[in-house]
Amino acid sequence: MGRVFKYGDDVNTDVLFPGKHTYTVSDPLEMAQHALEDLDPAFAKEVKPGDIIVAGSNFGCGSSREQAVLALKYAGVTAVIAESFARIYYRNCINSGLPALALPEAVSALNDGDEAEADLAAGVVKTSKGDFSFAPLPPEVQAILDAGGLIEYLRKRFAR
Amino acid sequence: MGKTFSEKVFSSKAGRDVSAGEIVTLEPDYILTHDNTAAILKKLPEIGAARLKYPERAVVVLDHVTPAADSTHAANHKSIRAFVAEQGINNFYDVGRGVCHQIMVEEHYAYPGKLILGSDSHTTTAGAVGAFAAGIGRTEAAGIWVTGELWLRCPETMRISLSGKLRSYASAKDLALTLIGRIGADGAIYRAVEFSCENDDQFSVSDRMVLCNLAAEMGAKNGYFAPDETVAEYLGETGSDFSHLRSDADAHYIEELAFNLAEIEPVVAAPHAVDNVHPAVELAGKRIDQALLGTCTNGRIEDLRTAAIVLEGRTVSSHVRLLVFPASAKVYRQALDEGIVRTLLDAGAVWMNPGCGPCLGAHEGALAPGEACISTANRNFKGRMGHPDSEIYLASPATVAASAIAGEIAPPEEYF
Repeated sequence: MGRVFKYGDDVNTDVLFPGKHTYTVSDPLEMAQHALEDLDPAFAKEVKPGDIIVAGSNFGCGSSREQAVLALKYAGVTAVIAESFARIYYRNCINSGLPALALPEAVSALNDGDEAEADLAAGVVKTSKGDFSFAPLPPEVQAILDAGGLIEYLRKRFAR
Repeated sequence: MGKTFSEKVFSSKAGRDVSAGEIVTLEPDYILTHDNTAAILKKLPEIGAARLKYPERAVVVLDHVTPAADSTHAANHKSIRAFVAEQGINNFYDVGRGVCHQIMVEEHYAYPGKLILGSDSHTTTAGAVGAFAAGIGRTEAAGIWVTGELWLRCPETMRISLSGKLRSYASAKDLALTLIGRIGADGAIYRAVEFSCENDDQFSVSDRMVLCNLAAEMGAKNGYFAPDETVAEYLGETGSDFSHLRSDADAHYIEELAFNLAEIEPVVAAPHAVDNVHPAVELAGKRIDQALLGTCTNGRIEDLRTAAIVLEGRTVSSHVRLLVFPASAKVYRQALDEGIVRTLLDAGAVWMNPGCGPCLGAHEGALAPGEACISTANRNFKGRMGHPDSEIYLASPATVAASAIAGEIAPPEEYF
């Protein structure tokens, strides 16, 4: 299981990945180093592959920038669990192949430093505080996530 | 049961009956991209597609970091110019033409009943003339380019009913910020926000753009005013009837809120959240270093006229930099014709080129540690306009102009 990094409500795209880097930083490793830098400067240093972000409501509000998703993905984050997501951020998660799960019960149960992992096929998040199940995604959305993101999904379509 | 505006547009595009909550694959009439076109075009080889399916549906506007702040941005812009030429994209607006959301409305891409998607969160602005307009991500924009379509969930609708009349010194911006302060930054998450007013004609297309722009800051998928005579006149189609797009009288709303416009006071959104809204009078006296007038939220001629009323014959405080960014070249020219350029210049303002300016912190007025800026833009997130230890206060053009003179946050009542 991965470590839980827990944050509050309205974690916005500018703290997830600052606007001043959006047109200049594109290397995955470098993007990962800027993840959450204005909210939690320790995050990029401490995060390890398999870790999970847990947060309050309206996660990812603000800009449509996909780097706000990719920076977390490149940093090794394998799922974001929040009370709710800003809609473009949610779409960007699906399209980037990063599972975004709206699970208020899990958010209230989990604290920073707890352990968790998401099993998408089984529809359950296993944690050091118990298991939390979630409803399956709509088929159109699941197909994109299953392909590993929208690019891969479309690549298959164009390869046909 | 009747249908909402959003259900009507979705049903019309899908060619079948669509209700809120359903996921459908639709073909947008236009797909808007800006400086991020440079990143989006790189996705085509990744997808394995070479050509845009409908180049005539792409609108590309360079506005975010224009003119290029450095050679990286310059190379991005260069790659975009080559791409639009190669793909035959005629709807291309180069450096200095204006902010993309202004162009969409000004050039009439935004039109009643059209479906507009854009790789920018404030694409919602086009709802001002009765389009269904929503922001999407970059990869999705690439997907639309090559397939012509995208999956969308038809949103539930929240109605905001407005009665009464705004006071002379209060504006659509004060109304929008008051709404966000009341319902929160997630108050309309995933929803369509329908603004309805018993006397719609008091809201110009510019005012409607402010409200639809800031619907994004309520978490909304889209915001709109039902297209009426004001919109028909704006489009040069006086007499056109768009009433078939109005939500039916028995349509289902997930939530309904009512506001009395006469009670709206000048307000300011304090750092670092757009829903941290306070009466301007409560924040009066807070020292500012920079004042920003412009952007996709408040850079139109109506906003510049308001600033000119306040600044006429007065001087910007010696410790304040007042930066003015007209929303488009068209707006800039009109400000020149109306004498507003001189009025603001005489007051000590710095006229900048049409574009996004420092709103996203990349150039043209970034903030130093400890500095504070009062701005007509739409976001005040920590670090957005430069250093993480700087502060952004959001307000109306009138309050920004009044504060620029005072050198500190100041309500604008005395000027009206």
